[in-house]
Amino acid sequence: MDKRIQQAYEQRPKPWVFELTVALVVIALLVWSGTAVETAGTTQSGAKIAANILSGIFHPDTRLLFNLTKQGVLYLLLETMCIAFLGTIVGAIISIPLAFISASNLTPKPVAFIGRIIIMAIRTVPAFVYGLMFIRVTGPGAFAGLLTMSLCSVGMVSKMYIEAIEDLDVRVLESLDAAGCTTWQKIRYGILPQLMPNFASTAIYRFDINLRDATVLGLVGAGGIGAPLIFAMNAYRWEEAGAILAGLIVLVLIVEWISTKIRVKLARG
Amino acid sequence: MKLYDRIFPPKTLTLPNGKQVKKPCSRAPLIVVIFLAMSVISVKVTGFDMTVLITRIKEFFVILGDMIPPRWDYMPQIWKPLFDTIKMSLLGSFIGSVLVVPFAMLASTNIIHNRIVVAAMRLLLSIIRTLPTLVSALIATYIFGLGTLAGTTAIAVFTFAYIGKILYEEIETVDMGPFEAMEAMGATKARAFVSAIVPQVLPSYLSNCLFCFEGNVRYASILGYVGAGGLGLILNEKIGWREYASVGMILLALFVTVFIIETISRAARKRLV
Repeated sequence: MDKRIQQAYEQRPKPWVFELTVALVVIALLVWSGTAVETAGTTQSGAKIAANILSGIFHPDTRLLFNLTKQGVLYLLLETMCIAFLGTIVGAIISIPLAFISASNLTPKPVAFIGRIIIMAIRTVPAFVYGLMFIRVTGPGAFAGLLTMSLCSVGMVSKMYIEAIEDLDVRVLESLDAAGCTTWQKIRYGILPQLMPNFASTAIYRFDINLRDATVLGLVGAGGIGAPLIFAMNAYRWEEAGAILAGLIVLVLIVEWISTKIRVKLARG
Repeated sequence: MKLYDRIFPPKTLTLPNGKQVKKPCSRAPLIVVIFLAMSVISVKVTGFDMTVLITRIKEFFVILGDMIPPRWDYMPQIWKPLFDTIKMSLLGSFIGSVLVVPFAMLASTNIIHNRIVVAAMRLLLSIIRTLPTLVSALIATYIFGLGTLAGTTAIAVFTFAYIGKILYEEIETVDMGPFEAMEAMGATKARAFVSAIVPQVLPSYLSNCLFCFEGNVRYASILGYVGAGGLGLILNEKIGWREYASVGMILLALFVTVFIIETISRAARKRLV
């Protein structure tokens, strides 16, 4: 008996060749990527600068933080939130047709593939390129930021919409068919209830991310809290940067907490 | 929500067997009102204007049109920054995802029973997560100088926060039996973690790391804007000079690279999970 167990144990699959290859490839890739690191730029005063930055960030400029005018942090946060909110909505609306085109259970394979390529192409273009393109349309300001944000959301949102659509339970539709429902009734009672919680949850999640990524818009002058933040940092005014960052972090944490609550509720029905 | 039910009392229905059930009023009107109010405020603040959008949207395609056809002979100059971007994201993802493991362990309630430690770790992870990548990249350029090291740091910080959250959520859902058995046999927490928890979370952890790496390649192209090396550097330069054909070439190269990396990593992730 013991011998047979021993034998079986000896004959266990030994994937070490595969594992060794993977490990070697990973190590080779890491060594290769290590060559890109240039330490030449590191200045001796790096640690001192870091200490300065940290002390500035932990002593935020409270006058700016609780300023109620249009230059104050509170108004900037409101503007950022509005950009993220409308941007998410517009992005979510654009994503719906794209997602339906690219869902492989609804459309023929080639069409779905083209839809996916379009979504990937939209996703690849960095936010500031879109920002520049939209500034031509609307002029600098929050409106351009909103449009940029919406296009940036399309990639992720439509990807998750596609997953939701592909998970659609068709048996519900079949039974509605059997009960003699019209197409609109099928959409209203068969498809919408299945998709709405998923779509809403995705949009709320994306709103979280958009709020966090809104600083990128400031780079090209597309409104929001990014521009003052980057200006403050480029001018080494760390107290100001600290105030803006503190406001942003608190806002994002609050929004994240609320949105998690809503999404848990949506998921449980 | 209790207050809402008190203002709009639920409808009482009598079933055929005499039982009375309450059907609460639909919450949809409340949600719609809140939603509309937020939209109106947002439209006011951002200056959203449909007519401007419709009349001037063709301007959007002007730059896009200039990008096509891309300038093919610019490609030789793209290779180095492109590989820099990939290297930055690879190294950054690796450092971040490895460093975060002990922190994620400290942030899981089923392993550490001290609530203060768990709460502190989670707060730390969420604060790092809210820190915009651009800001950490900018700070890194002040400390490490302009170049890829700054970008690598920024990506490592982002990966750290992103993987950290997913990992502690993952750890909290594992089967605790083996861990408890090992602790009962006298193993230390770290030892029991390595032998009992790691095999359970490893596949999904690796899969998430790969996913994060995919996203980082795309993200790394922005970092050059603040001088943190990679594609963003030349992208910024070409946009500044309005050489949109070159910009188109850079974007095309990025697109193909991302496509290849995503295909490979998706295949790897399918095998993992």
